[in-house]
Amino acid sequence: MSDKDTVTATATIGHPVGLHARPAIAFTKLAKTFKTVDIEIRGQDDQPWVDAKSIVRVMALKLRTGAVLQIRASGADAEAAIDALKGLVARDFDEDHVD
Amino acid sequence: MAERRFTGQPASPGLALGPIHHIETKRASSERRQGSPEQERSALKDAIANAMADLEALAAVAQGDGAEILAFQIEMLADPALVEDVLPLINAGEDAASAWRQGIDEQILIYESADDDYFRARASDLRDLADRVDRILAGASLDLPNLPAGALLLAEDLAPSHFLALVAMEPTGIALTRGSKNSHIAILARGRGLPMVVGLAADAVVDATSTGEAILDGDAGLLLTTPTASTLQHYREKLSAAAAEAERAAALRGRPAVTADGTGIDVLINVDDPAAIDDDILKAADGVGLLRTEFLLIGRDSLPDEDEQFQVYADLQRRLDGKPLVIRTFDIGGDKPLAGLDLPTEANPFLGLRGIRLYLDRPDLFKPQLRALLRAATLGSLQVMLPMVTVQAEIDQTRSLMAEALSDLTSAGVDAAMPPLGIMVETPAAAIIADVLDSDFFSIGSNDLIQYVTAAARDASGGVRDLLDPGHPAIERLIGQVVNQGLASKKEVSLCGDMASEPDWLPLLLRTGLRKISVAPAALDRVKLALSEISLKARQA
Repeated sequence: MSDKDTVTATATIGHPVGLHARPAIAFTKLAKTFKTVDIEIRGQDDQPWVDAKSIVRVMALKLRTGAVLQIRASGADAEAAIDALKGLVARDFDEDHVD
Repeated sequence: MAERRFTGQPASPGLALGPIHHIETKRASSERRQGSPEQERSALKDAIANAMADLEALAAVAQGDGAEILAFQIEMLADPALVEDVLPLINAGEDAASAWRQGIDEQILIYESADDDYFRARASDLRDLADRVDRILAGASLDLPNLPAGALLLAEDLAPSHFLALVAMEPTGIALTRGSKNSHIAILARGRGLPMVVGLAADAVVDATSTGEAILDGDAGLLLTTPTASTLQHYREKLSAAAAEAERAAALRGRPAVTADGTGIDVLINVDDPAAIDDDILKAADGVGLLRTEFLLIGRDSLPDEDEQFQVYADLQRRLDGKPLVIRTFDIGGDKPLAGLDLPTEANPFLGLRGIRLYLDRPDLFKPQLRALLRAATLGSLQVMLPMVTVQAEIDQTRSLMAEALSDLTSAGVDAAMPPLGIMVETPAAAIIADVLDSDFFSIGSNDLIQYVTAAARDASGGVRDLLDPGHPAIERLIGQVVNQGLASKKEVSLCGDMASEPDWLPLLLRTGLRKISVAPAALDRVKLALSEISLKARQA
């Protein structure tokens, strides 16, 4: 991913079970809607960046609740993709788990 | 043929009666002839596509947590990254099946090595989807027979997707010769109210091939094959009585528990593992009167750290939405030894190093737990409870450890608060001197209290078993004493042993003045129903 036009952001995972099955499905599905954008994520600085559209890779990060998710995106609409993904994390993946 | 009785472990409560069907789940062996790398690649691609189609068909009729498990497996199969490490192996000359196995085993390992329960549990989903692709590659479909509704299933073990496929055929119960009550499918069975017994003797299978009607008792952990006419009759009556009662009990869901003459009773639930408890039950209960934290220690090599525990405690509090949550510190030793902990062998473990006695001996156990509890206490509704307390010093020592942890946390800038600290009343010593014990609340652990008062072991048999009697006048007198001492000092007293889940004992408990109990989640409805039929005034008259 070239540094030019790369947008980065961080989001803290507040979902009580972390970024696992259901949240990961929601996350990768949303990432896949940005077809023109390369999106990668990682948990800590020492983790490799992985494809945010791959549930296999996203799950393997084993991000628990409280983890800070780093997101970077490049390509047309990169800005919009970052906003949308950050929003999804902030909304606890649109799950009503607290009820 | 004579009636045979097989004993296993109860995994999901309830009674089931139906024709027994044996489900073969043995793994297919690969007999495909290997083709060129290109043919192998396309064989694998086809197998994955077929596996997805199978799972999609299942997902179309599945609901709730079952549908989620399937959706996850489908997404994993749809992801090209799943075979990224498999394809190079095929190109290097491996056949599709062994390349698939090697590649997927590495993925499974990622999850198995996780230090987080939620991620570890995903390993079973990966094994499930890996086996499905395996079978398709080998040209062997798992013959899930077409079962008549109401069949009693007997198998070695079941993968989650097989379980869901079988559940769609509406079986009446599930008997496994292997399996575990902590498994994925046991949780699914409990969520569906489907009776399940695990760990039955393997010869139950041999027997089942030639037999018809059988009985599964998910409460007692029993399978009865070729039952006699009188056994059948007995269970048929139990079943219809249970069905009638369940119907009346369901009507009380979500309503507060009240006796026939209008006295409100707090009915909380005992929780073994928050992940296995439905939100519906949490909503219907007045809180959690006992969270047994030992589930955090089971099936793992390392102790759970502070953060992991904090998350579990905080999450359950959020789900309870302000209702009380009583968390018992790790209660091990006695009947709850633990593989990961090197505990001394004792001649009388029930009279030895267990509960608070062991806990205070092990900083590696109590330090992270007390810190996690203090952090979670900032959310408001949490109380901490100590098991097996005998003397005041045990409470004092715990309290000073908590004060120490609190000052460590706050000086490090971590949010923490001091929760109420209470005790389980399990030793006769604690019951007798409850009035002088400095404890914020009392919860009577009747199972241990009865065994210690009657000097009859909980696993006793024969005549000794009869002495283990909740109806012994000494028990009623002691419970009454603790309740009165609580009233006098304005401290909450509740009871969280098996007695409270048994409708037959409720009149006795109410007679002692007890107005707060904590019961098994499965017993919540029937306890509320039984309470609604008890009149306190009539008893006094």
